[in-house]
Amino acid sequence: MNFYATKISDKGDIAVDDTLLVKDVLCTAGSNILQGFTPLFSAEAVTRLVSVGYTISGKTHVGEFGLDLVGEFSNYSEKTDTLKGAAAELVKEGKVKAALGVDVNGAPRRAASISGVDFLKSTYGTVSRYGVVSTAASGEAVGVYAKDAVAVGEIMSKIAGYDSKDGTCQNNEFEYDYSATKDIKGKKVCIITELYEKCDDAIKAKIDSAAKILEKNGVQVDRISSDIFSLAATAWQILYTAETCNNLSRYDGVKYGLRAKEYKNIDELYVNSRTEGFNFLTKAVILYGSDVLSKNRYKDCYDKALRVRRVVAEQLAEILKTYSAVLTPACSAAEYSAYNIADAFSKVFGELEFTAIANLTGNPALVSSGVQFIGDYYKEGDLLCLANAIERMGE
Amino acid sequence: MGYEVVIGLETHVELSTNSKIFCSCGGHSSPKEPNDCVCPACSGMPGMLPVMNKRVVELAVTAGLMLNCEISRYTTFDKKNYYYPDLPCAYQITQLNHPICTNGLVTVKTANGARDIRIKQIHMEEDAGKLVHEGKFSFVDFNRTSVPLIEIVTQPDFRSAEEVLAYLNKLKSMFRAGNISECEEGAMRCDVNISVRKEGSDEFGVRTEIKNMSSFEAIDKAIRFEAQRHIDALEFETEELVQETRRFDDVTGKTFAMRNKETEADYRYFPDANLMPIIIDDEWLEQIKAAKPVEVDERAEEYRAEGISDKEIEILLDNSKAAKLLDDVIALGCNAKDSAAWILTDCAGILRKDGQSLNELNISAEKLAAIIKMVANGDVNRNSGKKILIAVVEDDVDPVKYCDEQGFAKKVDSSAVESVIDKVLSENTKAIEDYKNGKEKAKQALFGACMKELKGAGDPALIRTLLDNKLQNI
Ligand SMILES: [Zn+2]
Repeated sequence: MNFYATKISDKGDIAVDDTLLVKDVLCTAGSNILQGFTPLFSAEAVTRLVSVGYTISGKTHVGEFGLDLVGEFSNYSEKTDTLKGAAAELVKEGKVKAALGVDVNGAPRRAASISGVDFLKSTYGTVSRYGVVSTAASGEAVGVYAKDAVAVGEIMSKIAGYDSKDGTCQNNEFEYDYSATKDIKGKKVCIITELYEKCDDAIKAKIDSAAKILEKNGVQVDRISSDIFSLAATAWQILYTAETCNNLSRYDGVKYGLRAKEYKNIDELYVNSRTEGFNFLTKAVILYGSDVLSKNRYKDCYDKALRVRRVVAEQLAEILKTYSAVLTPACSAAEYSAYNIADAFSKVFGELEFTAIANLTGNPALVSSGVQFIGDYYKEGDLLCLANAIERMGE
Repeated sequence: MGYEVVIGLETHVELSTNSKIFCSCGGHSSPKEPNDCVCPACSGMPGMLPVMNKRVVELAVTAGLMLNCEISRYTTFDKKNYYYPDLPCAYQITQLNHPICTNGLVTVKTANGARDIRIKQIHMEEDAGKLVHEGKFSFVDFNRTSVPLIEIVTQPDFRSAEEVLAYLNKLKSMFRAGNISECEEGAMRCDVNISVRKEGSDEFGVRTEIKNMSSFEAIDKAIRFEAQRHIDALEFETEELVQETRRFDDVTGKTFAMRNKETEADYRYFPDANLMPIIIDDEWLEQIKAAKPVEVDERAEEYRAEGISDKEIEILLDNSKAAKLLDDVIALGCNAKDSAAWILTDCAGILRKDGQSLNELNISAEKLAAIIKMVANGDVNRNSGKKILIAVVEDDVDPVKYCDEQGFAKKVDSSAVESVIDKVLSENTKAIEDYKNGKEKAKQALFGACMKELKGAGDPALIRTLLDNKLQNI
């Protein structure tokens, strides 16, 4: 499998998804529209890692703007029968210590789940989004792929923290805790029955096994029912498509990237460049997003989704008063096989129920051993410790 | 029966800040080349995020205070979507739902009396760039993208072009006095909403909007033309009025309808998630209030009370730099009327000689105050004070040191002056004789010699008295 869109160094220990900028290195975010685009600066997370001695190995393939399941619709990578994420596979094969990714739609979490590695989507506002090829600013977050929770925590502690270049980056007085080795005895975790029932047997087995190990470690595991995950999927579908429609509108063929060869006037320049530049899935996202923002639909769609976002966040917070984490699948199946891009929009929506809540509310979510822990704001440490216990037991 | 013209105004004002509204690009007010003041943020590159320039908030609040608005303590930004090559992100960051100021009021005076104009809201937004067309090519210049603007929206309260101009002139002098905007040509742009109804009617007529005019003259002409067009349509049924957006053509002096395509866009406004809501707490608001200059009218009264002439007041109200300097030297204990003369006559005179205007005056209030005080206390005479001022304005010397070096200090004790006179008399026995023989001119020569000896720092009246005494006693 060809992992890199651009290889930088054989000695590199950190791979970077092509949705994050590395200074002077080609960045296309998997899209034709950014053909030949070379950024003038690096993402803050990249800069922080380099400043403490890490070396960037290269830019890993992503699906166009990170909007697909696991990276299957990059315009630059080869097509395969079973779908895997490039950065997750690199980590799995031990070719890099860790990788950075952008989670807007759950793709890195699904990829980690399938490859059996860890990915942590950080609490919104803990890692600077400076240098992220942005799609949905209100929910996208920089995260870390690594082989286990301890390694995730190590990288997170280097990249998290206030950055004045990102107005949404939190300037908290307390220190973030990413240590993965604290005792978990006495903690409580809940499984959401609705999500459990929607998975294939392989995933169910992973959840069952995780629950068993946690119980052995003195964790109480409850099963509860909640509809906020499907509400979250619908609300996030509206918000992320709208924001993506808006954020991708800067790719117009005027300034950089692809410009169509044929055009007679400025309107044709726009239309032809964007027609050639975006793939079918991205176009579907743009059209859907444009529709929910339109005058006639705004109140019923976008505005309502914002309200749902508040309600879901409140209800999730209520659950997390009792439980250290919600234990859920990150995707419906242990494996994805290739499919037609015409089905991509509904395929991705089908999986959103497992991941969207963390993007919608900004809560942290950690995928490990094929399961997902969703926790309270800034409590990544709790999630890492739970995951670490399962990882150790599995050895 | 007569007709009444009803006008509402949307005025865009460019704020005087060092950097743009969401990035640190500076120098945008006087760029040398196209795309001189541009960074990845204001040219719409991926990966860059807007970061709020706090100064913009403060200037917008100051403007709101000057226009008697309610200041929002919670204010947010929205994105307005439309494609145009001079708009690098294809959206403009503006304020729709929670503008920074609302519900203001300003009184305008014309020959027909005073009228209260209600301010609906003031919001902050970024400017777009500009297109330069050359032959078959168009070039994009992003120097102006993300330049901070405020848009001031009035209720339809104007009833004549005169009132609109009075309002705009008032904004201009207020904003100059408040260092909010230089309000230079092009830094203020207006959209005018206009309708006409029968006098005494409560209902509004069909409204048209004339977009994007920057000269007051054009605004005046456009309103007059458009009002007449409406009246003709109502009175003589020359045409059927429709609600539409129009442009004013400077050359023909007429307005014409824009294509529908340009006016019926759905801008798909929605909140900008990259900019957190801005909270203006009591402390911050108090700081802004404290820094706010006094209102123009109020200020003119204050100046007048200090004995500053109307002519001088006019210059001061138009020139915030000179007014600020005056306020500062007054704060340092100088007399207002004196200080105004020093700034508006002496300083202006020196600059004029060098072909410069008062705007280019670059003297610290401390130094100017030192000179004014030296003269006021009688330490040096006014002529010497002027010489010191020239040296300070041109070479930025230390006024006190310079005064000492040049020996300008008045020899206040008459004994020092006396000894100089004695010396001069002893060296000019011939002149004394001439004077005794009735030559008045000889005395003048002796006086000149004394002044020369005192390097012009002596008090002429004192020298004259002492010299007369000595001569009489010889
Ligand atoms: Zn800039």
